[in-house]
Amino acid sequence: MAEHSGMNRRHFLTVATSVTGTAGVIMAAVPFAMSFKPSARAQALGAPVQIDIGKLESGAMVRVMWRGKPVWVLRRSPEMLQTMKDSKAKLADPDSEVVEQQPDYARNATRSIKPEILVILGVCTHLGCAPIERFEVAPADLGPDWVGGFYCPCHGSKFDLSGRVYAGVPAPTNMEVPPYRFLSEDLILIGDDAGVSA
Amino acid sequence: MSASRRDAVDAGLMDRFAARGADLVDWIDARFPMTKMLKEHATEYYAAKNFNTWYVFGVLAFVVLIIQLFSGIFLTMSYKPDAEKAFASVEYIMRDVEWGWLIRYMHSTGASAFFIVVYLHMFRGMMYGSYKKPRELLWIIGMLIYLCLMAEGFLGYLLPWGQMSYWGAQVIVSLFGAVPGIGPELVEWIRGDYFISDITLNRFFALHVVAVPLALIMLVVMHILALHETGSLNPDGIEIKEHKGPDGIPLDGIAFHPYYTAKDLVAIVIFAAFFSIALFFAPEMGGYFLEHANFEPANQLKTPEHIAPVWYYTPFYAILRAVPSKGIGALLMAMAIVLLFFLPWLDRCKVKSIRYRGWTFKVALTVFAISFVALGYLGLQPAVEPYITITRVFTALYFGFFILMPIYTSFEKTRPVPERVTYHH
Repeated sequence: MAEHSGMNRRHFLTVATSVTGTAGVIMAAVPFAMSFKPSARAQALGAPVQIDIGKLESGAMVRVMWRGKPVWVLRRSPEMLQTMKDSKAKLADPDSEVVEQQPDYARNATRSIKPEILVILGVCTHLGCAPIERFEVAPADLGPDWVGGFYCPCHGSKFDLSGRVYAGVPAPTNMEVPPYRFLSEDLILIGDDAGVSA
Repeated sequence: MSASRRDAVDAGLMDRFAARGADLVDWIDARFPMTKMLKEHATEYYAAKNFNTWYVFGVLAFVVLIIQLFSGIFLTMSYKPDAEKAFASVEYIMRDVEWGWLIRYMHSTGASAFFIVVYLHMFRGMMYGSYKKPRELLWIIGMLIYLCLMAEGFLGYLLPWGQMSYWGAQVIVSLFGAVPGIGPELVEWIRGDYFISDITLNRFFALHVVAVPLALIMLVVMHILALHETGSLNPDGIEIKEHKGPDGIPLDGIAFHPYYTAKDLVAIVIFAAFFSIALFFAPEMGGYFLEHANFEPANQLKTPEHIAPVWYYTPFYAILRAVPSKGIGALLMAMAIVLLFFLPWLDRCKVKSIRYRGWTFKVALTVFAISFVALGYLGLQPAVEPYITITRVFTALYFGFFILMPIYTSFEKTRPVPERVTYHH
């Protein structure tokens, strides 16, 4: 009987030590795993940026860096807004139903706060390449159906002038609209949308 | 002193040296199993006497590993893992460090050489059934080495901080974004930033020069230990241990040292000749070993017109692009590698060597090899028609090889396997 209980005791101690040891190893791994996350400095450098679009002409685009990503601000001309409406049928997600690709206030026909001003991340949603602006209509390489938009040279994804993805291309979703707000008529703050409502 | 007398004195001296040498060996052996290990892994490790040329690639892979470790250590002495300085420090190695160009080209050519010999080594294993019972673990450890190599190549390619370094890393890291639920957080965790930055470069450097090489060396030791436990197979796919002489030595076996070490030296010399030709005359190999876009510093606002990984990843890259869905593409790419791990169990045929296997396996393996090479080519091409359709066909064939394997290997008409090893001239 004594021997039997001795075995139980030993078994219990073995299991208890193993469990405690494993828990210790997992806890000790936490600081190392967490050290991989963006550091305080990286977070500070990822702070919002301002851009003045007072001098941006109709149909022109400017790029600004935010968190190492290119943010594009395009002032769309009335013709551009019109062609966007016409090409809606070819899009995979014309009504921005994939909600995480834009803030709620950009879930509208132009994917923007002001209809003519587009603010998007210039990053292809397929594998993170930078699409190229191809605003010309029916160029030789993109075919007669092309009405102007963004074209990704890496794997051939196509987007309209609101960054909405065409159906049947590698990119799965529309291009991302970052959080932003207008500080004044011409001043945009990218990376912060406090106080903007849908 | 006469000549004969002098010889006698010298002989006596030699004997005394030999005796001292034997004493030293005894002294060490009492403290460390030196002689025991030498016997177990070299002078009394018996491999089949009928190895053909396919059997040199394991040793060559080991040689390349040494080249990579050695040249890599010297590169770290001049390289700076800093986004501001990395590109310039590689140029510094190429232009200002004495013989730096040679050491750097040795390392970059070595990377491609590694994959060439490893792919041939793996194909050897597939032809002669080296993955089959009882060598399943040997195969799996080998596959883990292959994974480490792929990681090592990928991590190392970021370090020169050229355009292709940057955008290649961008593409591969963003693949992890396809993991359901935690994708975006996982990508941020890998990069340590909101984009591929100095932070990413610094950690890739740590992983490339410390973590993965350590894992690689450990796995290589395990691979050799597992090999020496089961014994090497041979082109006939039969176990030489089943026919042993009265001395307990396999009748068809010869000692690894000196017989195979001598033979392998020939292979190493020939390999060194080819390696030198690449190193001295075509270190960039027309953009296949070092891509042209990488001679421009990384620019996160400008994507290269055409992003293709280095040639050794292109078969998997082609599979990734074969489907118009990021999630499924990434899954297929992962499966293309994972399926290889299961080869020992997918193959139901008892006969190991292709020499005695049925036509179904021979056809399947040929189709697989052609598909792999074709996908490698297609992965370098832009994603336009007709490449997309051709890629889909070869992707289907690649997966067909594995998925249909339990079926076509079950009904295989095999030929009788010989009892003892044979020579094919």
